[in-house]
Amino acid sequence: MPALSKLFRLRAFAVLIVLLIPSAASAELAQDLQALTEKSNATKVAAVESLAAGGHERAVPILQAFLAGRLFQVKEDDRMVVAEDSAGGYRIFDAMTGEALGEVGKRKLRKVRINNRLRQAVKAALGALTLGSSDPAARIQAADAVFRSAQSDMLGPLEAALARESDLKVASRLARALAATELATSDDKATRLAAIEALAAFVDQEVRAIVSGLLIIDGEGRPAEPDSDLRAAAAETLKTIESKLAFNGFIENIFQGISLGSVLLLAAIGLAITFGVMGVINMAHGEMVMIGAYTTFVVQEVFRASFPGAFDYSLLVAIPAAFLVTGLVGIGIERGVIRFLYGRPLETLLATWGLSLILQQVVRSIFGPTNREVGNPAWMSGAWEVAGGLTLTYNRLWIILFALLVFALLMALIRFSGYGLQMRAVTQNRPMASSMGIRTGWVDAMTFGLGSGIAGMAGVALSQIDNVSPNLGQGYIIDSFMVVVFGGVGNLWGTLVGAFSLGLVNKFLEPYAGAVLGKILVLVVIILFIQKRPRGLFALRGRAVEN
Amino acid sequence: MKSVIRGAVSALAMAGALAAGAAQAADDVIKIGVLHSLSGTMAISETTLKDTVLMMVDDLNKNGGLLGKQVEAVVVDPASDWPLFAEKARELLEGEQVAAVFGCWTSVSRKSVLPVFEELNGLLFYPVQYEGEESSRNVFYTGAAPNQQAIPAVEYLMSEDGGGAERFVLLGTDYVYPRTTNKILRAFLNDKGITDADIMENYTPFGHSDWQTIVSEVKEFASQGKKTAVVSTINGDANVPFYKELGNQGINAEEIPVVAFSVGEEELAGLDTEPLVGHLAAWNYFMSVESDVNDSFIEQWHAFIGNEDRVTNDPMEATYIGFKMWAQAVKQAGSTDVDAVRQAMYGQTVPNLTGGTAVMNANHHLSKPVLIGEIQDDGMIETVWSTEKEVVGDAWSDFIPESAKLTADWTYPWVCGNCEAPKYVTN
Repeated sequence: MPALSKLFRLRAFAVLIVLLIPSAASAELAQDLQALTEKSNATKVAAVESLAAGGHERAVPILQAFLAGRLFQVKEDDRMVVAEDSAGGYRIFDAMTGEALGEVGKRKLRKVRINNRLRQAVKAALGALTLGSSDPAARIQAADAVFRSAQSDMLGPLEAALARESDLKVASRLARALAATELATSDDKATRLAAIEALAAFVDQEVRAIVSGLLIIDGEGRPAEPDSDLRAAAAETLKTIESKLAFNGFIENIFQGISLGSVLLLAAIGLAITFGVMGVINMAHGEMVMIGAYTTFVVQEVFRASFPGAFDYSLLVAIPAAFLVTGLVGIGIERGVIRFLYGRPLETLLATWGLSLILQQVVRSIFGPTNREVGNPAWMSGAWEVAGGLTLTYNRLWIILFALLVFALLMALIRFSGYGLQMRAVTQNRPMASSMGIRTGWVDAMTFGLGSGIAGMAGVALSQIDNVSPNLGQGYIIDSFMVVVFGGVGNLWGTLVGAFSLGLVNKFLEPYAGAVLGKILVLVVIILFIQKRPRGLFALRGRAVEN
Repeated sequence: MKSVIRGAVSALAMAGALAAGAAQAADDVIKIGVLHSLSGTMAISETTLKDTVLMMVDDLNKNGGLLGKQVEAVVVDPASDWPLFAEKARELLEGEQVAAVFGCWTSVSRKSVLPVFEELNGLLFYPVQYEGEESSRNVFYTGAAPNQQAIPAVEYLMSEDGGGAERFVLLGTDYVYPRTTNKILRAFLNDKGITDADIMENYTPFGHSDWQTIVSEVKEFASQGKKTAVVSTINGDANVPFYKELGNQGINAEEIPVVAFSVGEEELAGLDTEPLVGHLAAWNYFMSVESDVNDSFIEQWHAFIGNEDRVTNDPMEATYIGFKMWAQAVKQAGSTDVDAVRQAMYGQTVPNLTGGTAVMNANHHLSKPVLIGEIQDDGMIETVWSTEKEVVGDAWSDFIPESAKLTADWTYPWVCGNCEAPKYVTN
């Protein structure tokens, strides 16, 4: 009997402990949560650290909500809640328990404020808590957060994580974080020296910032790192990193030049046909680009309204749509205006300039004077990090590919199709082509339509990197003419080479001369070049030139 | 022949002016001018301010008008064409005989109309933050001066809460406002012990769209071991590709915060702000500010414009304050006479939308609270730091030696916008 009662008492005690422990942890959680609403950021940072250290199972969801700006306080009773967007305002859940509390209006809640300093603290805390996550991407994020916070208590967990990591990419990030943390927190000179040497393997700007931080000399001439051996090692590491970064920077610069070149190519390639091949000075070319961009906007609006799930594919629909719309507008312009003005370049210039103003105003009246938002599909956002200090943005990569593809298709069309043959015949010798039975008027209209359609497709690409406004085209018309004239009128290969060389020259000048002066210099160079070679880079020879 | 035509035109214009004057007397209305671009590059920002003035006029008329008369807004379109601003201003003051003008956005447009207002003794209410270094007897500046925006923003970046920046990149559009502001900022930073080696300055043209190189340069500049921040005075729609490039190149706000002086809710409206969360803006008002007067202002705006999705922004608040102050001053003076109204303006107070009070000072600048906010994923800007109380606008910056000596004070005994000593000294 006494044994039984003892057992009973023990069990009661155990139950009491089981009940007590969570409530003590909960009390701490509640306290930390409440501290997040304080005004002082220092208090809030302390609360974040305490939340992470407490190890409560709700800590991670609470910190994640806080980071995402989803942590609120109900104005009425100061209860802390996590909110999700809903039709009528917010759907709220109790932050402590995760229990659903129904829907409330937006103005009933007070947001728990977060700023950059806190975000950094939360990311560091979450990094420490999610080093063991099953998702490699989350582990990389965690390792980077730990790398940035560099706190001594993370040394153990980092080593453990590194030991069990099988993914090479994650392991490298963990090693980076470990070296940075050792360098920042260790007292042992040998460990720190080893850490500095280890960091040399990681070529990126953040590591460079850490290493060069050791070499900073403050206002009174004192270096940030007192130990001269460490400074020497840091200088050595910095040299390695910087030489690799400089190389990567050079590659990046070439990429940016090619990317600018591809934009120029896209804008100019349509003009290379209407101006280069047909000889029509088309001042409304920029407006074709602009109409293509607005077509993209309309297509995206349709997608948003009818197929929101397929938004990422909207551009694939927008490309042919823009080609058709601007192609038809182009044919209309050719049939309605330009065909009466062949052989009278000045009048064509004035008429198309007038047309460009009319088109701008029409678009302004329909869509309004303000810019329109054209969304980037997910596959065009972000960047591909090839190596440290070398990031290639996806939107630019796609545009380069797109420009080359359009160019290749156009060359194939002109070279291998029956229509291409007729087009070349008409532009080289109109009366002869006509007497061979080619409908020259029809070919003219189609060619102008083709040039305009390509400009429209350029508009789809430009809508991804520039503002969609009625003035969009004006920014590109001068550049387009520059490329065509520089490359050689009438020669599509010249346009290709011209566009890429102008892009590269521009991008290599920009870091030294600035954006404004760089552009001026390029213009001066082109003017001088044209003086020397009036027909551009690749001059057409033969009889076509004489006419 | 030419002179005949010119004569005929001026005769017509005079007849028109006379007729307008007669009409005014007969109709018993007070006319005010609205001088904002409704087309061209600045239309994106200025159209909203035109609508704000119309909303205020509408509201005033519904509540009985002013001095027993109805107020009528005369709207003209200077089309983002700076010389045209001066022409339209003259038309408003001479032709329409307006009592006051609400208008201008860019500093270059303000500089363009300034001589006209001074010559014809008009009244201009200018509602946009600007570079300072000016105080005209004929202009009331209801936007922020540099000490109410730029300087506190940089101080915040240097503080612990702002990340403790020690290195600064000053990016701007190439015209008078960014260049002057950056001149003041450089002097201020030097004053705080930051050397020129830790400051990078870069200017781009209006509408710049290829930001790849500049963003790469910023990353490079930021990787030298000191915490770096970017101060952006980029204006207009060039901001959209700039922020896109920032997002794409993965510059996040905790490492390299970007604080902007010309980006508000309206500019963010056409942008996916998800990658921009944490970048900063410095203004004197944000739509997200919680106050009753702000709630009712937003409600009034939505009702007037007929669209619940429209945002409000700082220059709208400045227009709101300017209009209310003018109406109060007219009431107090009992007349729309420019000199009487100007006298009544000094010390005039209006509750601002952030729950404080705006006061018009003798240097024609307002007292305003300074707010620093961070961009949120819904395109709103949330305050993360603000001054305890309103800061008095300073026309002449203390950080530029030649202007530190100058005082702007349009009351006795100074009566001057840029003097080193009072004009009327009694002894």
